Amino acid sequence: MTFFKAQEISISFGGLKALDRVSFEIGQGEIFSIIGPNGAGKTTIFNCINRFYDLDQGMLLLEDRDISNIKPHAVAEAGIARTFQNIELFKNATVLENLILGRHRHRRSSVLTEIFFSKSVRRQEIECREKAEAVIDLLDLEAYREQRVLNLPYGVQKTVELGRALAMDPKLLLLDEPSSGLNVEETEDLSFWMSDIKEDLGITILLVEHNMHFVQQVSDHLMALDFGQVLAQGPPADVLNHPEVMQAYLGEECVAAQG
Amino acid sequence: MRFLMRTAYQQDIRLFKYGSTLGWYVALVAGCLLMPLILDEYLLSQMTFICMYAIAAVGLMLLTGYTGQVSMGHAAFFAIGSYTSAILTSKGVPFLLALPAAGVMAALVGVVIGRPILHLTGMYLAIATMGFAFIVDEVLVRWESLTRGNMGFYVDPPVIGPWVLDTETRFYYLSLIVLILTLFAARNVLRSPTGRAMIAIRDSEVAAEAMGINLAQFKTIAFALSAFFTGIAGSLYAHKLFFINPESYTIFLSVELLAMVIIGGLGSLHGAVFGAAFFIFLPQIIIMTKDYLPTYVQNQTGLESAFFGLLIVLVMLFEPMGIYGRWLKTRFYFEMFPLYKKDSFKREKKYQKAERH
Repeated sequence: MTFFKAQEISISFGGLKALDRVSFEIGQGEIFSIIGPNGAGKTTIFNCINRFYDLDQGMLLLEDRDISNIKPHAVAEAGIARTFQNIELFKNATVLENLILGRHRHRRSSVLTEIFFSKSVRRQEIECREKAEAVIDLLDLEAYREQRVLNLPYGVQKTVELGRALAMDPKLLLLDEPSSGLNVEETEDLSFWMSDIKEDLGITILLVEHNMHFVQQVSDHLMALDFGQVLAQGPPADVLNHPEVMQAYLGEECVAAQG
Repeated sequence: MRFLMRTAYQQDIRLFKYGSTLGWYVALVAGCLLMPLILDEYLLSQMTFICMYAIAAVGLMLLTGYTGQVSMGHAAFFAIGSYTSAILTSKGVPFLLALPAAGVMAALVGVVIGRPILHLTGMYLAIATMGFAFIVDEVLVRWESLTRGNMGFYVDPPVIGPWVLDTETRFYYLSLIVLILTLFAARNVLRSPTGRAMIAIRDSEVAAEAMGINLAQFKTIAFALSAFFTGIAGSLYAHKLFFINPESYTIFLSVELLAMVIIGGLGSLHGAVFGAAFFIFLPQIIIMTKDYLPTYVQNQTGLESAFFGLLIVLVMLFEPMGIYGRWLKTRFYFEMFPLYKKDSFKREKKYQKAERH
């Protein structure tokens, strides 16, 4: 059984083929990164997995279960969490509330018990907070716990978004450019957290990233995309030195000059 | 400035953050309970109206203030609550059953009507709900065998066990108790997963879906809850007035309810109550102060409505966060005294909010 599998997925917007028969497999517990120039279709893959877009062709399998026809919220229920390229937090809520919202998929109560705030709801609330505290502890968010998200600096907001995804207790975590807009120090923290998430929490990560140094440091597997097509797949060093990948990034002449 | 030292998760989920807050609320409720001793019959009946409108406003607040869905059709739920309660009690159903039944009926209609239109957003949803209110209004007029149409419907004062609630004081206590229960219920929902899901939908539908929140389901729940409370308020209204006809539930009522939650302050339960109080009491205050004005001003017609309108404009201009926002600022001023900074509540302007995700 493969943990996650994309089988020949294709999607086009008008005449533009955003993804053209893209296939890849992610093994349990690994960090799989997707790189490629702007407009290559990286975020489109995320939006397909999230079911914000409908696939034209192909299938997405999570632990052999076809997830290409379920509703967006059901994707989260199946255990796939994500962060967004441009932060999508609940900005009027506090950090803690954002993290607790990540626990939504584990909710057992119904509106009728919630109106009376029954014992079981109370227990569930405490449980949510215990999980959220664990995330706060992991990501060093103690100082911001009670603050409203819209007042926080960009780097912290990115961390909160990562935390919210972690609070979901996902099987697969999709990170869309987690290091963009972060300074050197924050990026370093992030790469430590990535290995913590992988090794201590056992969560598989699918990463879209532009920072090549960061990618090389954390990924187990790499896939390069351009114009919706796979250029190369494999171990990071091989993919980054692949002639087609270099050409896509640097242009033909540079590659010839180097070669 | 107060700091809360947390030692248990229980502290985080309790209803009142500080012990002193609970004390203030107890004092407030006690004050409300003593009102009949202080106020005359007329003012007491105004208090009753505040309670009723506040219940309806709490309903609309859940939908508009917390879930971000604008409704211009809440007069319809108010009407459904009124008529359900009136018809049931006229058939001999006890008031204590008819009251929740009015809410449930409004909620059911809300679900049936709401489900197909709830994927609309913003103005479009507002217009669709308004259309729904027109339909309900027409049904009330035409279905004469049930509602007696424009002739109107006479409603008996509510009876609970041995008590007939036919005096101003008794009815005031009934409304006050229902309002307190409503606020409790709303607060409980808001500190549970459903309430958080509603807020999530308001702030970012995309992120809410990515968290596993079923948009259709939770928008419907919000609509149903909102209709439920508004229906309850409608039931009380019918029994307060003793006579109802479709003319009481026009679009003007819908707009008034919407204005209450916006002026009170979107996204706060306090705001719902403040908004209701603003709408009931301010016209009274204007009428009372009119006596102190020179005669030639007093004789101007339409002075009250014009002044009331002006006040609404001023509140919107200078306090976009509503009356509750002003309350927060005032409280913050005294908590921080003398260190209050004027810009504490200033929002950061986001000029570059990309639509991509």
